Amino acid sequence: MNRPVEPSVKPPMRSSGTPPVQASDESIERLRDAFQGAPQEAWLDGAVEAVAGRPGSIARSFAAAGRRAGRAPLAGVPGWSADEAARALLLAALPHDRLTPETLDLYRYGDADEKRAVLKALPLLPIGTAAVPLLLDALRTNDARLLAAALGPYARHLDQAAWRQAVLKCVFTGVPLNAVDRLDERADAELAAMLAAFAEEREAAGRPMPQDAEALLRRLTSEET
Amino acid sequence: MRIFDPHIHMTSRTTDDYARMAAAGVLAVVEPSFWLGQPRTNPGSFTDYFDSLLGWEPYRAAQFGVVHHATIALNPKEAGDPRCVPVLDLLPRYLDKDRVVAVGEIGYDSMTPEEDDAFERQLALAVEHDLPALVHTPHRDKARGTRRTLELVAASGIDPGRVAVDHLNEVTVGLVSGTGCWMGFSIYPETKMSPPRMVEILRRHGTERVLVNSAADWGVSDPLLTLETANAMLAAGFDEDDVDRVMWRNPVEFYAQSGRLDLTGLTAAEPSFAEPTFAGSSIKRGGE
Ligand SMILES: [Zn+2]
Repeated sequence: MNRPVEPSVKPPMRSSGTPPVQASDESIERLRDAFQGAPQEAWLDGAVEAVAGRPGSIARSFAAAGRRAGRAPLAGVPGWSADEAARALLLAALPHDRLTPETLDLYRYGDADEKRAVLKALPLLPIGTAAVPLLLDALRTNDARLLAAALGPYARHLDQAAWRQAVLKCVFTGVPLNAVDRLDERADAELAAMLAAFAEEREAAGRPMPQDAEALLRRLTSEET
Repeated sequence: MRIFDPHIHMTSRTTDDYARMAAAGVLAVVEPSFWLGQPRTNPGSFTDYFDSLLGWEPYRAAQFGVVHHATIALNPKEAGDPRCVPVLDLLPRYLDKDRVVAVGEIGYDSMTPEEDDAFERQLALAVEHDLPALVHTPHRDKARGTRRTLELVAASGIDPGRVAVDHLNEVTVGLVSGTGCWMGFSIYPETKMSPPRMVEILRRHGTERVLVNSAADWGVSDPLLTLETANAMLAAGFDEDDVDRVMWRNPVEFYAQSGRLDLTGLTAAEPSFAEPTFAGSSIKRGGE
């Protein structure tokens, strides 16, 4: 359906007003290095080796990663916890022909932490667009942890309409917008119109607009001529 | 007073219940997988339910400061349905999850050979996955069902100290007390067990290996009957330490045998996602 776009809205911004907090440029190598000399390293090495040789073993090691690798923030890799990183390394160890089916299965049968770890690992894996249905599943939930994880760098595969709805859902449910990768780059006039309409509803209800959404709306509309 | 409800079906309860429970000191719950009142017709119906017990429900509980764990199983009421039995092959995957603290509810409903088979297979899964077992005893023919339950438990080789036999009453408690199994009591407004009757049982049998739960679900039930029982204990002369043992330390001890009971959420909120204002907007005001 066509929503009227306000004529004063400016085109998508290229320069970012807020620094990206999402660890978008992490690599499998950096995640692996963070475990160097750590007490969990022996378990992780064993599990990674097992997955490379017997891909089916990932079902158990992936589920156990929180208990074996811990859940603390990973030193030197902002935005990643040890279990998330360990799970990304297990996925990366899968033989190429098993990567897609196992990834889809691990998400399907994963608890919330496992689902989140799959979503976070997607941009680091050579999986193409095969995992887009996982993003759509996560965006259907009301779980803030999954919404945030679905809007990392892999969300570049979402079409613009789905992406806008996802950003609006973040605003709606209180997920901080710094979870959204390349927010200012992708935000467009249509999103601005949606945010403006939302701001109007909030005002009518006497409820505040989240500050980060208000700031985004301002950035999108400020340089109007 | 702190209360750990070791058996409650929160999926069937409202956010109001969570708020009232948290205010009353019910800070931790275990939700066993069970029957929905309406028969399921395929294994996928179970896996969606298990996903909810390990995904949405703990998330929902956390918004109210309640720590949520689950037990996973094919329940006795559906264990005889050939449309449901294939879910047994999917259980191992779920029994490896972080927040799964037992296999359950397993046990008997009508004591059929099919139920024997599912019960036996799931006790073996408990041993294999190093998990305790939560065993439901039947509502009809309860004494015979409890005896047969204890025979099967003994034959399975599982350590009785890792088994809770639930929904006991004055008649069946004596069958279990000498076996080393834990004794579970469900306090219901009308049926099963009332707070005064529970206090009497505690007076006779002591507080050791006793678990008291509300078993609240979609039927006539009340998630605060644990609190009422605790108050009835105090009124009857039990001291605060007795109450804390029955209502908190016992269930913690039983489920901690899984190695997966994680109560850190009670003291330290998880970064960002458990902040009440932030998380609150996703559920308390969600869907606006
Ligand atoms: Zn039950």
